[in-house]
Amino acid sequence: MSALTRTPATYGAGSKGRVPSRGTASVIAFGAPLACIALIALLAPLLPLSNPNAQVLSEALRPPAWLEGGDWSSPLGTDQLGRDVLSRLVFGGQLTFVIAFTGMVAGAVPGILLGLLAGYRRGWVDAVISRLVEAQLALPFILVAIAIIAANGRSLPILVAVLALVGWAQYARVIRAETLSLRERPFVLGLRCAGVPTWRIMLGHLLPNLAGSATVLATLQMGTIVLAESALSFLGLGVVAPDISWGAMLAEGREQLTLAWWVALLPGLAITAVVLLVNLFGDALRSRFDPKKRSF
Amino acid sequence: MIRLILSKTANAVLTLLIASSLAFFLARGSGSPVREILGDSATPEQVAQLTAELGLDKPLIVQYGQFLLDLVSFDLGDSLRYGQSNLELIAGRLPASIELALFALLLAVAVGVPLGIIAAMREGGVVDRIASMLALLGQSVPLFWLGLMLILLFAVRLGWFPAGQNDGIDSLVLPAVTLSTLPMAQIARLTRSSMSEVLHEGFISAARARGLAGWRIILIHAFRPASLPVVTIVGLQAGMLLSGAVTVEYVFAWPGLGSLATQAVQTRDFPLVQSIVVFGALVFVLINLAVDLLYGLVDPRIREDA
Repeated sequence: MSALTRTPATYGAGSKGRVPSRGTASVIAFGAPLACIALIALLAPLLPLSNPNAQVLSEALRPPAWLEGGDWSSPLGTDQLGRDVLSRLVFGGQLTFVIAFTGMVAGAVPGILLGLLAGYRRGWVDAVISRLVEAQLALPFILVAIAIIAANGRSLPILVAVLALVGWAQYARVIRAETLSLRERPFVLGLRCAGVPTWRIMLGHLLPNLAGSATVLATLQMGTIVLAESALSFLGLGVVAPDISWGAMLAEGREQLTLAWWVALLPGLAITAVVLLVNLFGDALRSRFDPKKRSF
Repeated sequence: MIRLILSKTANAVLTLLIASSLAFFLARGSGSPVREILGDSATPEQVAQLTAELGLDKPLIVQYGQFLLDLVSFDLGDSLRYGQSNLELIAGRLPASIELALFALLLAVAVGVPLGIIAAMREGGVVDRIASMLALLGQSVPLFWLGLMLILLFAVRLGWFPAGQNDGIDSLVLPAVTLSTLPMAQIARLTRSSMSEVLHEGFISAARARGLAGWRIILIHAFRPASLPVVTIVGLQAGMLLSGAVTVEYVFAWPGLGSLATQAVQTRDFPLVQSIVVFGALVFVLINLAVDLLYGLVDPRIREDA
């Protein structure tokens, strides 16, 4: 009964040939636009854009070009200080991507290593790490971020460190669970019998087997981090002028909401689009690596 | 059951202890907040005085001991700015926060659960696709931005609802809708996957074979077992709402805990910030504990495992 109602995609790994490259297709379909956006943002200084911080007060709050009063010299309009919104979006995207990527790596590395250690060594190491993970997950993220930033001031390294805190516990939890089942496999026993040192088993043999889950998790975490960064910058706790990020732009747009909706609308759309693409890309990667875990 | 209660409670207390310690060391171990509180223009005497007042001149381990002692005696210290105890300030803001979280959660369940059930009934159908897209969108949109856009549309343009602050049920609508987005998406996702699992079980086929009405099978035979994981996520979301509420409360000027936290940061009221973090962890742990115990009450298998 159940086999008949299943869609082809939910068949196990054994039927790979029957659903050729559907996973790969969606990985590319969501990955390519994401890569384009990231590329445009990273190449911002090379593009023919006006200086994102140049203030032309006489041009302030000009609407996007296709609306009445708009001008193609600033296609997406200007903000309250007459700065070009398109240029700010692209440059803001640059910092948003850089922060999201470094924050992701800064959380992934300790998280994965601790998860490996806990899952492979078991015993007290596992007990300590698992407790820490549970405690970290019990702390409301925004509040912790607020506490840390309140005590240390605002700066990019602190922002990245705070964002790393969002992620490490998630990695540790998932990687630990996978390591627990992986370590019972015969090949690990074989390696142990052959006298391979523990660290080499963990890093050279277990880690490659966990790469799939880690990649999926890291991708999905990028989305979470973009949202977290934008929330912190929106509250005035993250990126501050003259640096630009989409969250910081939103904070400024909030002040002009009734006068100039485009200043707040556009960065939010950018964030939503990127996070949506990241999530779709992550889901596509997941079904590519493990068709059984597919859900909607 | 008593063993379950004892072990889960001990677990919760331990988690809370570690979480508070984490909060303490993350915030205080990393540097002195005095400079941040007083600003760059402070004289060395002022810095020294405030450092002594806050007890920051003592060794870290002594500070930590004091922090734990205060915690055990439910003393969260005094606010720097308001001249009130932190606990009083938190208690004053709590009702508004609970009101908002409760309405958001009700909305999330009222929409998310039926959406998930309908999506699971016709896997791959139109509703399923739309629901999955909505759920994904709900997880990708920055809540505070959604709030701003709702204000723009429904408060500024259409004038249907007030844009902020708490006066009457009208002002609750926009913030509650905004805050419910994320839990709604997750509840819909989980209900759908949990329901679709149960609908593939043999006893559902058996119920169909016996000729029971379709809605009866869905609501009574399938949804009851499928609702267990949903209960868990609802509980987890209740704790998480506190965290998400910070930005939403800020956008709508909602006088709850979240805006207290942002105000505390803006006025550099460091002890208050720390108290709110610890309190947030307490709420989260307590809700988790309640969910765990409820689970044990509903599902006998868990009672025996403990």
